[in-house]
Amino acid sequence: MVRSGRYTRLNVYLLILSVLQLNLHTVEGVWPLPQAFTSSTERYPLNPQAFYFGYGRQSAAQQGCSVLDSAFRRYFSLIFPDYTDGRLHFSQYKPFTVEVSIDHDDCEGYPNEDSSERYNLSVSAGQASLKAETVWGALRGLETFSQLVYQNDFAYYRTLLMLNFPRFQFRGILLDTSRHYLPVQAILKTLDAMAYSKFNVFHWHIVDDPSFPYQSSSFPDLSSKGAFHPMTHIYTQSDVRRVISHARLWGIRVLPEFDSPGHTTSWGKGQPGLLTPCYNGGTPSGTFGPVNPALPSTYQFMARLFKEVSSVFPDSYIHLGGDEVDFSCWKSNPDVRAFMQKMGFGSDFTKLEAFYMENIVNITSALNKTSIVWQDVFDYHERIPKDTVLHIWKGIPAKYQEELSRITKAGMRVLLAAPWYINHISYGQDWRNYYTVQPQNFSGTEEQKKLVIGGEVCMWGEYVDATNLSPRLWPRASAAAERLWSDEKQTSNVDKAFPRLQDFRCKLLRRGIQAEPLYVGHCKHEYQGV
Amino acid sequence: MSTTLKFTALLLALSLCRGLRHDYIDNYIDNYIDEVTEEEAELVAQPSKYGSLWPLPQKVQLSEVSFKLTSSSFRIVDAKDSTAGPSCSLLQDAYRRYYEYMFGIAKRQQLNKGRRTGPSELTELQVWITSPDSECDSYPSLTSDESYELSVNQPYAVLKAPKVWGALHGLETFSQLVYEDEYGAKSINSTTISDFPRFAHRGILLDSSRHFLPIKVILANLETMAMNKINVFHWHIVDDQSFPYLSRTFPQLSQQGAYHPYTHVYTPADVKMVIEFARLRGIRVIPEFDTPGHTQSWGKGQPDLLTPCYSGSKPSGTFGPVNPILNTTYDFMSQFFKEISAVFPDAYVHLGGDEVDFTCWKSNPDIQKFMDQQGFGQDYSKLESFYIQKLLDIVTTTEKGYTIWQEVFDNGVKLKPDTLIHVWKGNQQQYQNEMANVTSSGYRTLLSTPWYLNRISYGQDWQGHYKADPQDFKGTEAQKKLVIGGEACLWGEYVDATNLTPRLWPRASAVAERLWSAKDVTDINDAFSRLSVHRCRMVDRGIPAEPLFSSYCPHEYKGI
Repeated sequence: MVRSGRYTRLNVYLLILSVLQLNLHTVEGVWPLPQAFTSSTERYPLNPQAFYFGYGRQSAAQQGCSVLDSAFRRYFSLIFPDYTDGRLHFSQYKPFTVEVSIDHDDCEGYPNEDSSERYNLSVSAGQASLKAETVWGALRGLETFSQLVYQNDFAYYRTLLMLNFPRFQFRGILLDTSRHYLPVQAILKTLDAMAYSKFNVFHWHIVDDPSFPYQSSSFPDLSSKGAFHPMTHIYTQSDVRRVISHARLWGIRVLPEFDSPGHTTSWGKGQPGLLTPCYNGGTPSGTFGPVNPALPSTYQFMARLFKEVSSVFPDSYIHLGGDEVDFSCWKSNPDVRAFMQKMGFGSDFTKLEAFYMENIVNITSALNKTSIVWQDVFDYHERIPKDTVLHIWKGIPAKYQEELSRITKAGMRVLLAAPWYINHISYGQDWRNYYTVQPQNFSGTEEQKKLVIGGEVCMWGEYVDATNLSPRLWPRASAAAERLWSDEKQTSNVDKAFPRLQDFRCKLLRRGIQAEPLYVGHCKHEYQGV
Repeated sequence: MSTTLKFTALLLALSLCRGLRHDYIDNYIDNYIDEVTEEEAELVAQPSKYGSLWPLPQKVQLSEVSFKLTSSSFRIVDAKDSTAGPSCSLLQDAYRRYYEYMFGIAKRQQLNKGRRTGPSELTELQVWITSPDSECDSYPSLTSDESYELSVNQPYAVLKAPKVWGALHGLETFSQLVYEDEYGAKSINSTTISDFPRFAHRGILLDSSRHFLPIKVILANLETMAMNKINVFHWHIVDDQSFPYLSRTFPQLSQQGAYHPYTHVYTPADVKMVIEFARLRGIRVIPEFDTPGHTQSWGKGQPDLLTPCYSGSKPSGTFGPVNPILNTTYDFMSQFFKEISAVFPDAYVHLGGDEVDFTCWKSNPDIQKFMDQQGFGQDYSKLESFYIQKLLDIVTTTEKGYTIWQEVFDNGVKLKPDTLIHVWKGNQQQYQNEMANVTSSGYRTLLSTPWYLNRISYGQDWQGHYKADPQDFKGTEAQKKLVIGGEACLWGEYVDATNLTPRLWPRASAVAERLWSAKDVTDINDAFSRLSVHRCRMVDRGIPAEPLFSSYCPHEYKGI
């Protein structure tokens, strides 16, 4: 997994580490499990009054780096949760400094699909040295460091050497703000918890049939007519900016999804003429189907909307949906049928859908965005751009391997979500199923395996809102986080993961994340809300 | 019954939209989901003519005439002839609580005496306790009169109840009649309600042993129980995993048996607080001290209480159920239950008696010898009976009635005729047979089998909970009358303070209506509509009750 180049010296280092026994109990607090490390058994106390974060002299980023400066503040509080100014005296303790060094100054940028998240952490008596190519890697390292500090009445640490990097570049969580509106606060809190599990993509399924909470500056009617409530149940432009900037500080990409042509009922309310009028015999029935693909006005609208969306969301990827298009309304509509004739599609409505999606993908390509679409699109298309990512959601419980095999064979990149629909709750320890997924275990060549860019945990919103989102998401999503970050061989035993995940769950509680229990037991600090 | 009420936009917003993608799963899950969702898809969320009343009262007459309520003028007061006056703090507390539910804490202000009230304004709810003994300072009981009559009309609304318990329910109902018009003004329609519960025992079991539940969580759920007219908190306080009850007589039990001796225990003051908080809301607290099984945590602080298990001829170092052959066991139980009966005022205590594993008893040579002496042969259920009978005799001397899980009855233990049998096992057919058997033997019974709310599944499982009826079994009218109610159980293996409240509500609300409302209240569409608004009301009152389906509340949960 280690790439050549400037990290060749680390190759050697990794070799040394890998022959050492994994001393699990000494890093049991770290979730997801780091790739390679060794640690001592001695422990040293940490004194909050003599604890410092600093920049290495050679570091490309120095004080003033917004991402790291704010991370230092956050992690200080996470490392010393009980610290209150000046009342404690630990004069007997020696000072401790965490020195962070970065190769590239990307402090004011956004994380992207190529961002390196690898880092190299070495903790010795009195100091830690954290080296990374990017600030995003440094963030992951700070998270690891914060988990390595033991919180047993007093904070203490062990010396250690670690090399860490993610197995997959894309480790996402989908939240659905259409079926239920999620207050911005709930989203921000989720972003915090995502960083604790080293997730790096927030897939914002922002609109869908039930409501359109995104307040568009080009088409304000979309939310004023299509949201559950035009004032209280919307995301204003500043809300969206707040989410994006909060995510950036945690090294998380925000991937918006504007799903079409299906799943668009709420769009129709604020954009008359956008959806296909369904017919009952020779007359319109008064109901509407998917986006009307036969009208030029549709594409003009989409071009304007996606132009706006592309400028609001800085990520170079955009999710275009494209799933579950019901053809019955299109079939009923005489204008659509006439268009089919004109285009020579015969009665194959998949061709019509393909035609629509191609147009949409072309619109976003022209905006320099790479598209992600649900896998349905692949089934109808020969002609989607090669850089499009197919999002695998079909084939539960075990058939998604076939889908992975089939789609990667065509040379397309894929993102796996099928085994991680965690809105599907069941009684008992279902996190075990999320943990034991093997995203690259399908029949195919090594080249095909490399086309799996990562995975995503989906929390669809039919039965989820701010009342139950957090305990449903955590720590179940953390199980997938380890699968997506850690080495599969080192993390193949779910029973070994159990006590570590229990420990991590208590850590989440301590950080104010409402993470539910895995099984009977207790945490030292129980959740104190209701 | 008269016509539809004018309700807020919220009702109209309960549109049902199915996200098909999320129902897509192959194979067995597919079939299962379809079963659930096909039913759900039929639900049409039209506003109910009963607004958001939950559980539905027995008799409701609504009219279209509406009155305004303003926080500055409206007051809840004692009626002139009420037998409960200002000294009844239970009611005074309730008046304040319901005023705050209706108008919000921030808006409390001085009564504006100079202000003229409009002709269509309702300014007073008079609460009139009619019975000579209001029971204001008593504890609610199985036989408490919970009935009330509510008349909302000008010049003032009147809530009449024989006892304070009915008045508490009537206040909740009154608050449920209040709605916001399109300008946010509080309104109430002229209404006449006459109400009483179908079953006397409407309970919720919380398990504070598998996970410790902070007092705050217990109190919040008592609060929510009152919003749902639930009147029993079955406190499954100890079990194998931990013993958080701090006993004055045997402090070692929690000292050694709790997850933590200070942070994960219920002190006598905590227990007192729970009981009083519950009393003020008309809720009984029934503690369960389950024996002889489910007692691993007891053994830590009470050596020799549990049976030493043997491996071959040597003690294996592990322990089984309570040791039924030692006199010390019964001495301990006498003292222990003497304390319990003093600490918990309710006339009933739950003695458990479920899931006794015989393997440890079988392995122990002393027990085998005892079996021979008693002539029990190899029938260990006789030994269990022996234990339970001695325990029941002990508890009888404390003048408490008792509830036991169904196994005790199934195993043929001799029981007092007033014993309550708690049915929890089997599938529908099996529990219905059990209800028939128990009642044909003349015992009163309590149903929980269909209401194990800890067993979660994807989709709207509240509908299944709603449809179960505790009197649905083959039996005579006299037998049916022996069904005193039911309990929703939230066992704690996977539940603690982080997820308890949204997991319980509004799913337990479905059970609450089944146990309160008339038998023929079964319209699932109407229930969906009322329950959706009821859940938003709970959210508005600060309770994180989870959603039933895609939709929204005017005020989403803010306690993140």
